[in-house]
Amino acid sequence: MTISIDELRDLKADAVVDARGTSCPGPILAAKKGIPAVPAGGLMEVMATDSGTLKDLPAWCKKMGHDFLGYVEEPGYLRLFLRKAA
Amino acid sequence: MAETTTTKKTIVVFSGEMDKILAAFVIANGAAAMGDDVTMFFTFWGLNVLRVDASAHVAKTPLERAFGWMMPRGADHLRTSHFNLAGAGPHLMGHMMKRHHVDPVRSMIETAREQGIKMIACTMSMDVMGIHREELIDGLEYAGVATYLGEADEANVNLFI
Repeated sequence: MTISIDELRDLKADAVVDARGTSCPGPILAAKKGIPAVPAGGLMEVMATDSGTLKDLPAWCKKMGHDFLGYVEEPGYLRLFLRKAA
Repeated sequence: MAETTTTKKTIVVFSGEMDKILAAFVIANGAAAMGDDVTMFFTFWGLNVLRVDASAHVAKTPLERAFGWMMPRGADHLRTSHFNLAGAGPHLMGHMMKRHHVDPVRSMIETAREQGIKMIACTMSMDVMGIHREELIDGLEYAGVATYLGEADEANVNLFI
């Protein structure tokens, strides 16, 4: 599934996890903590400043069975989107 | 919910230097965040990271007491494996870690506990180093090599740090 940056920007997440200011493995820990609040098939956004998250969150999604949708770069941080396994 | 594959990772923590301990806990916490069971087996110098930062009142031989004095007392007193610079190194690294938002070893241990990571202290090396249970943090299991090997049999990754 490919989603354009503009489509990502318009997505309304069921839960937003702010992992900005944390470093490895902070962002995936935050994702793990946040995912129970998301309904099955729901959307989660992870905000992060650690650039490794661009690789780590997709790897986490793959392992956990979620669908990594993509990311948007904002000034000074990243917004990453995933769809929770149905 | 799609099927997730829970697997196990085992880590032998033999070293007691801050940087190596940090690597061990980053991997352990990362694996737990990815849904894996994690067992950390602390042996020899690695035991020092589990020491509480206060002297416990336990009967020791003079040699055990000397070892206790010479070895770092807990997560806040570890040296670095390179650039220790007579004790300045850990402070410099701590400063850089803080600037880059890397958690200190102490909070990594706390996170490991929250995530249910199993931490086992090797009783044989505790005897050799003169370290008593009263001197170690709570929540540990105490066991020997067979327990570690049993855990490693179930794991698909095993590290010696």
